[in-house]
Amino acid sequence: MEPITTITGTSVPIMKDNIDTDQLIPKQFLKNILKVGYGRHLFFDWRYNKDGSPNADFILNRPERQGAEILIAGDNFGCGSSREHAVWALKDYGFKVVIAGGFSDIFYMNSTKNGFLAIKLPRDQRETLAAAPADAKITVDLPNQEVRYDGQTFPFDIDPLWKHKFVNGLDDIAITMQYEDQIEAYESKIPQF
Amino acid sequence: MSQTMFDKIWNQHVITGNAGEPQLIYVDLHLLHEVTSPQAFEGLRENHRKVRRTDKTFATMDHNVPTEDIFNVKDKISRLQIDTLGKNAKEFGVRLAGMGDEDQGIIHVIGPQLGLTQPGMVIVCGDSHTATHGAFGSIAFGIGTSEVEHVLATQTIWQTKPKTMGIHVHGELPHGIYAKDIIMGLIAREGVSFGTGYAVEFYGDTIDRMSMEERMTLCNMCIEGGAKMGAMKPDQKTFDYVAGRKYAPKNMEKAIQYWQQFYTDDESAFDTTLDMDVTELAPFVSWGTNPGMAVPVDQPFPEIKNEDDRKAYEYVGLHPGQKAPEIPIEFAFFGSCTNGRLSDLKIAASILKGHHIAPQVTALVVPGSRTIKHEAEKLGLDKIFKDAGCEWREPGCSACLGMNPDQVPAGVHCASTSNRNFEGRQGAGSRTHLASPAMVAEAAINGHFVDIRKVGVA
Repeated sequence: MEPITTITGTSVPIMKDNIDTDQLIPKQFLKNILKVGYGRHLFFDWRYNKDGSPNADFILNRPERQGAEILIAGDNFGCGSSREHAVWALKDYGFKVVIAGGFSDIFYMNSTKNGFLAIKLPRDQRETLAAAPADAKITVDLPNQEVRYDGQTFPFDIDPLWKHKFVNGLDDIAITMQYEDQIEAYESKIPQF
Repeated sequence: MSQTMFDKIWNQHVITGNAGEPQLIYVDLHLLHEVTSPQAFEGLRENHRKVRRTDKTFATMDHNVPTEDIFNVKDKISRLQIDTLGKNAKEFGVRLAGMGDEDQGIIHVIGPQLGLTQPGMVIVCGDSHTATHGAFGSIAFGIGTSEVEHVLATQTIWQTKPKTMGIHVHGELPHGIYAKDIIMGLIAREGVSFGTGYAVEFYGDTIDRMSMEERMTLCNMCIEGGAKMGAMKPDQKTFDYVAGRKYAPKNMEKAIQYWQQFYTDDESAFDTTLDMDVTELAPFVSWGTNPGMAVPVDQPFPEIKNEDDRKAYEYVGLHPGQKAPEIPIEFAFFGSCTNGRLSDLKIAASILKGHHIAPQVTALVVPGSRTIKHEAEKLGLDKIFKDAGCEWREPGCSACLGMNPDQVPAGVHCASTSNRNFEGRQGAGSRTHLASPAMVAEAAINGHFVDIRKVGVA
């Protein structure tokens, strides 16, 4: 996994609450056996008209919002289905971080597995960020746990274990395999009936 | 200090890590389906890893399976996913209830049915409705594909222990009101994220009286309230349900003795509690685009309070002040991991018996598993459904999420026993109205919802 330290980039605000994973990536695009290629289907139902043309009103399609790396969203982001494709789609589109009021537990865990930062900030701070002009740069500084924009600094929390993994780009399975002895010892004590 | 059932099971499964931080938890049962597993197996292959405990892993195909002719998978990519799971199961030695197998069905239906789901276990699956298995007094939750790969390789998972929420459900359920109405009523009252970060446990006299199948319905939809797990303590009903099933313990006496340790000492052990009195509960119907947007059948849809409400009304083509009986129903779906079990089909059939669905309604009946289908056929339920004008199908997830050909057309209102009414969930532009099987049966007959309390239930 790519290590993540500091991300500086432009943003897209979609401040709706309860953006579910069916909206992030509808089911017809789950029929793949790869982890890449989902970006063009991100927010599919909002992003494209019925005839397949881009919906010009949807913020992701505006010319000045292209190339954004930071998504600013409402509360309870990523609720619903467990599909990890939602994180793959955000990442494949080019987003590196989503800043929301909160995340569903499964979405959050999926983001930690894919080097995709999910940061919680209160609404007033997110509204400040959401009002940023399309060409304004926002900085997400993971080592210092703060978001910086226009001279303002917003600190955020992250579990030290997840932070360690992000900053070092570590593979979970390799980490866990170091505990093989303990796993075996546990297994020898499982009651049999 | 008093402990919750959840604490007891969790603590027993910790391999390493301190409370408050991510801990490495042992997994007793890992369930797989074809949609969220291919990338996980691919990851194992790339890294030359194998499945650590094939004896604790079980797979089936459910999401993509066509329900008319299961062997005629027309969609190429659906077929690729189905075939890929078959190949992966064979290559890695994972037990599989494959296409056409008697044990095939929705993964959350067959786990309990086969006796794989047992009290005191940690159960995971790459599917958010894994919460269903909590009904047996286990810790059961949905995971993402990277976690599926991790569990396949290590039989463990990193998790931060959630807080615990006790929900006291008490009182006699009124005539015509079911577990589905309890969970829909709870989410309508508390919102779609009240459970985020919590493991929920239901308790109280209402829960004690419920059948295992009703308990599964209740736990199944906990995720729609944000809680990734829901559970209740195992009791004699739980033990009786498990006993004698294909993968049940050989020594039930010893197993029961072990399982009896899993209960919450007292209410003070929960981080927070909620109270739900069901004596006056009404049948619920969802009007909007998330499961919290639901009202009792006799109550008007709410005023528009925010942009989400406005968008939801626009999407479903309804407006504030209308009531559920005014929704023009043209589709009915009976099935899913929420309400696709035998007792659900029996309730729906008891209402449909001797009636015919309204001419404008298309109704699909999709049993939760092949075994349920065969049991229902032995009872003649298939004939009742067919005589009523419903289509009797093969098992699968079907129109709950329409990954197979079973989709609700755009603009059509569907009365559905499933769990999610998200935009486009049952098909692009589909308008889903969640309700209990009894309510959906009445809606299919009448072409609109009716208050089940006023018609009487068999």
